[in-house]
Amino acid sequence: MTRSAGLDPRRTAALVRKEALQVMRDPSSLAIAFVLPLVLLFLFGYGVSLDADDVRLAVVVENPTPDTAGFTATLANSPYFQVTELRSRQEAVPLLDRGAVRGIVVLGQRFSADYRAGAEAPVQVILDGADANTARLVQGYVQGVWSTWLTQEALRQGRSLAVPVVAEGHVRYNPQLRSRNFLIPGLIAIIMALIGTLLTALVVAREWERGTMESLMATRVGVGEILVGKLLPYFVLGMGGMALSVGLAVTLFQVPFRGSVAALVLVSAVFLLGALAMGLVISALTRNQFAAGQVAIVAAFLPAFMLSGFVFEISAMPLPIQALTTVVSARYFVSSLQTLFLAGTVWRVLLPDLLAMTAIAAVFLAIAVRSTRKRLD
Amino acid sequence: MLRRILSLIVKELLALLRDAKSRFVVIVPPLVQLFVFSYAATYDVTSIRLAVLDESRTQESRALLAAFQGAPAFAELVPVARDDDLSALVERRAVTAALHIPPRFAADLRTDPPARVSLVLDGRMSNTAQIVHGYVTAILLDFGRAWGAAHGWPAPPSVIVERVWFNPNMESLWVVVPGLAGVLTMVVALVVTALSVARERELGTFEQLLVTPLRPVEILIGKTVPALIIGLLEATLIVVAAQVWFGVPLTAPVWLLYGALTVFLLSIIGVGLFISSLVQTQQQAIVGAFLFLVPAIILSGFATPLDNMPPWLQAATWVNPLRHMMVILRGVFLKDAAPALVLDSLWPMAVIAVGTLAGAAWLFRRRLG
Repeated sequence: MTRSAGLDPRRTAALVRKEALQVMRDPSSLAIAFVLPLVLLFLFGYGVSLDADDVRLAVVVENPTPDTAGFTATLANSPYFQVTELRSRQEAVPLLDRGAVRGIVVLGQRFSADYRAGAEAPVQVILDGADANTARLVQGYVQGVWSTWLTQEALRQGRSLAVPVVAEGHVRYNPQLRSRNFLIPGLIAIIMALIGTLLTALVVAREWERGTMESLMATRVGVGEILVGKLLPYFVLGMGGMALSVGLAVTLFQVPFRGSVAALVLVSAVFLLGALAMGLVISALTRNQFAAGQVAIVAAFLPAFMLSGFVFEISAMPLPIQALTTVVSARYFVSSLQTLFLAGTVWRVLLPDLLAMTAIAAVFLAIAVRSTRKRLD
Repeated sequence: MLRRILSLIVKELLALLRDAKSRFVVIVPPLVQLFVFSYAATYDVTSIRLAVLDESRTQESRALLAAFQGAPAFAELVPVARDDDLSALVERRAVTAALHIPPRFAADLRTDPPARVSLVLDGRMSNTAQIVHGYVTAILLDFGRAWGAAHGWPAPPSVIVERVWFNPNMESLWVVVPGLAGVLTMVVALVVTALSVARERELGTFEQLLVTPLRPVEILIGKTVPALIIGLLEATLIVVAAQVWFGVPLTAPVWLLYGALTVFLLSIIGVGLFISSLVQTQQQAIVGAFLFLVPAIILSGFATPLDNMPPWLQAATWVNPLRHMMVILRGVFLKDAAPALVLDSLWPMAVIAVGTLAGAAWLFRRRLG
């Protein structure tokens, strides 16, 4: 029996049709492509947020005066804090212990007297390091509120300013600093990594398990035709899941989309191809649905979540871990999606990302071809 | 009865640990995840690259830039000549943020303060943007204070004094590692129990178990105890690694930690057995476990604070055992939590444990009948 390296259009079409029929009849792949993204988007969309607005803060005023009232009002009026005013530290400390407040601001007994004397009246800020990220955000906000207060006071009293240099922050692409706007595009990348890999990993592993893969191999079809037959229907399905996710992001979660749809389709197609190929490799190596599912989660979902820069900054990771992230395809997809959604079609970002994703996809496709062929000989 | 249960426990442990594949699943992935994720799951913002457009070109502006150069979080200042370059660098993510010092900077500083600089931040990572903004504010305040003191300004009427409790250097590792102790222990305990009954059913050994003199409750105990032992061993491994390798302090007494872990594990084992008696195959069991694990981790406060969720969702997280365990873990590791405080989070887990174990027992008996 000779096998041509090329694709026979009729055989390929027949295979694609067979796979497509199988997809339509089998609810599990439809569930992976459409229900899984829905559930994950809802869960993450509402559950994951890094916005720090209305952070609960205890303010201890040991000796209330008009000066302390002015400071407390500036804190309470800022959009960042929800302030509880107390009279003693003893009341505030248990709140911090329990995590009921994220920080304590103490204006001591002598605050007003020192302040009037111009003697560097201390505003003591106690932060909860058990949530280091929130602590850091609160730290920045309190400093900002404090310098606003000093400036206002100086202007009101016609004194010279205590704050000689101020920064005006301009946040590009996401001026309200809604964390959802950057988390949801990243989340779509993670969902696609998971469903792309799961689709081929589980479904093809089932064919190996049931032995139908061997029967397919016994026919005249070549490796290329088998792979195209497997990839094409799931590719269409995956792109459907992608369209659904983007649609939800824009409508339900109101994330702006500023790039071009053509660029979005291009990067998604390249990424999805890589994920599907990785699923094929997993199924060929494990040949067992249980193991394939496990490996897909460990090899696709977790790295996409932890190592893609979706929420954790890659530049802050130790160098060996940074090196590891360069082979995680989702890293480039996250960066492309965040840019396409929030900044626009910036080819200086998209091209290097596309290049890396293409290389990774090519490697997985090559391995998929090899590992499928090995069984034929 | 005790001897019967004991022999079942021994059998379960042997079944789990004798098979190389399942032994591997219990030991290797959690350890790898502990090390990779501990270092990867960081909200630290370091190695900041800052594009700088200095249109002032004065002694003052150079002094300000030197202050940035000396700040540990800033790795590199990238000087640019034009405003367009500044935007372009931010747009293609070549820099984390950009600082623009206008021509009037030095003059304003001397004669008409405050002198304003503008800071361009990248909202594509809004958390990082806010932290960088905080760092820059702190550097400007320090610079301003030093400059004021050197130029005969009166001392500022007020100063900020900061103390960070429980984790003075705000180390991400100290926050992440205790959290991972909960997450990874949960994953192992859940997978072990979710698969246990399903595997027996697939292999047909469940029928054999049924014809033994063991009663359903005894079978249930026989399935619970091995998972509890494995979960506690797993947790011990992580707690030791936290102390020895990661240097995370354990401030509260150890018995408090293990008491809480036991209750936590029982609630997770209840969920696992519930899933296991509900499904027919191991694959369904894995899907069921995944459907529980992902929401449980996301809605636990492990990666993002609960405070930020909508109130209805915060209320719903009460049924999530990991959410309560997260509070206890951070409490006993970092905050030297008092037993009374631990109890506040312990009793909801106890309620959940009773609920899920009873549910599993009920489902178990129904499936048998």
